[in-house]
Amino acid sequence: MSNTTGQQMDWMYSDTVKEHFMNPKNVLLGDEKSDADGEGLVGDIKCGDQMLILIKVSDGIITDCRWKTYGCASAIASTSILSEMVKGMPLKEAYHIKPKDITAKLNGLPAVKIHCSVLGDKALRSAIEDYYKKTDQENRIEEEKATVICHCMNVTDKDIEKAVKGGVKNYQELQYETKIGTVCGKCKPRAEELLHDYKHLYG
Amino acid sequence: MNRTVYLDNNATTPLLPEVKKHIQEIFDIYGNASSMHTFGRAAGHLIKNARKNVASLINADPSEIIFTGGGSESNNTVLKMIAFPGKQSYGFPKGRKEIITSVIEHPCVLETVKYLSDYGIDVKFLKVDKFGIINPDSLSELISEKTALVSIMMANNEIGTIQNIKKMSEIAHSRGALFHTDAVQAVGKIPVDVADLDIDYLTLSSHKIYGPKGVAALYVKKGSPLSPLIHGGHQESGWRAGTINTMGISGFGKTAEIIKNDITEYSIKYKALRNRLKEGIEKTIPDVSFNGHPDKVLPNTLNVSFAGAEGEASLLYLDMQGIAISTGSACATRTLEPSYVLMATGLGAEMAHGSIRFSLGRETTEDEIDYVLEKLEGIIKNIRSMSTLYSGGKK
Repeated sequence: MSNTTGQQMDWMYSDTVKEHFMNPKNVLLGDEKSDADGEGLVGDIKCGDQMLILIKVSDGIITDCRWKTYGCASAIASTSILSEMVKGMPLKEAYHIKPKDITAKLNGLPAVKIHCSVLGDKALRSAIEDYYKKTDQENRIEEEKATVICHCMNVTDKDIEKAVKGGVKNYQELQYETKIGTVCGKCKPRAEELLHDYKHLYG
Repeated sequence: MNRTVYLDNNATTPLLPEVKKHIQEIFDIYGNASSMHTFGRAAGHLIKNARKNVASLINADPSEIIFTGGGSESNNTVLKMIAFPGKQSYGFPKGRKEIITSVIEHPCVLETVKYLSDYGIDVKFLKVDKFGIINPDSLSELISEKTALVSIMMANNEIGTIQNIKKMSEIAHSRGALFHTDAVQAVGKIPVDVADLDIDYLTLSSHKIYGPKGVAALYVKKGSPLSPLIHGGHQESGWRAGTINTMGISGFGKTAEIIKNDITEYSIKYKALRNRLKEGIEKTIPDVSFNGHPDKVLPNTLNVSFAGAEGEASLLYLDMQGIAISTGSACATRTLEPSYVLMATGLGAEMAHGSIRFSLGRETTEDEIDYVLEKLEGIIKNIRSMSTLYSGGKK
């Protein structure tokens, strides 16, 4: 068979994704036990992805992060890179990591992949909350008062509010700032309503 | 890594060397097959030959073959005729505006009937059992005096399940409806005889049978009604306008001529290789399930689900080893839904996401199957070791 095509052709993923897919870092393999201080499991098998994140904490800093994932190449790669990102990071900072922070580190993901593969931030948040609960620091758990508007990119009404306060004037600018509606686009009508409302408030 | 193993022949096939050579030989025959002069007649001769060979592949008369630009076009032509029949004087089930099809058809059928439902066509769907089989009795129950057309695929592209087309055509005809089958996956892999099946329309495609892409045919039984999808010229007896694609059609004819003679021979070869692959998987990898019907299945198609191992990850790791397959995982589709075919058979989401389709081809060898088995075992083990849904060799 001819071998002149294919192998060297464009991958749908960036080289960074490919590297983390081929050589995932910090995986908790097989039945390996972990003495994690906090763990978080999120994801919906119907959607095809599930992630488990385990963290070790010392003096408010994440000292180790291990994970497992059921999912495609971008799910594996995004969890892998997240586990590298958070090592040495203060809990407070890690608590607010967003999908766009992960995709930026991966040098981007195809739009269609973002929706169900970037669950890492949610799994991490859940692991941190688990740690807070186990260490009697429940007061640190931030009530999720915000409402998620864009489920694909996990953008909340609070994020839209913040963006408008920051000077965002129209939907394109809002998309640029928050990546809202860049995947399935279903949230656009609601996002535009809110944009209008906040502009009215802070315009 | 240099080795390549192509096991995605249900997606498309490579050109047969003889077909490639044939197309190269006719490169310079540029006349318009519709022209009366020598140049035109040279092209016309090739088309006539191709029509004879394509007809012969499915035991039709050459006059019953219309060349089109693809299987999707052939299917569209038949389905859209029901909404836009034109001035049919003979054979059209007048006043009937209902199409019955199945839930596991190719998107070019499902999307078309969905479109037609906005143009006054009622669409009803037949369900399948856990093997992907449609019970003909369910057609008897669903069909009525409103049904204009029944369209059922002969063999499914994903799981390879083969339907009882003859029986369902008989039911359709007994209730005054027309019958169409999309046979793009069946033709060339199993014997297909339109006279025996007694159907009105059949779709077959060139690139699924080692011919060039962008060319297909629609079989229309003598006397069955038709309305063109593409208007504008007298080509294909007025049924399909557009300048004749000489190279494509002639290449299609060439492949039809060749494969006609060895369908049985290859069917035996495919079955042996498929069994080798299936038994090899059973022997080396735990927690798998095979999808589709055990016997009523295309001899070259093996669809298998691996618990705890998502399909796109498997596809890409296999691709790194030069092995080409496809998956029913949502992660490999644009819709973010797992295979609707597998879901229709009642398979759970996890097993649908974890499905891989191997579709063997004429070039597939035992050695290639062994290579795939060798790589697959490690890849599935590796994915499972990372998986939240699978650990330590047990669920």
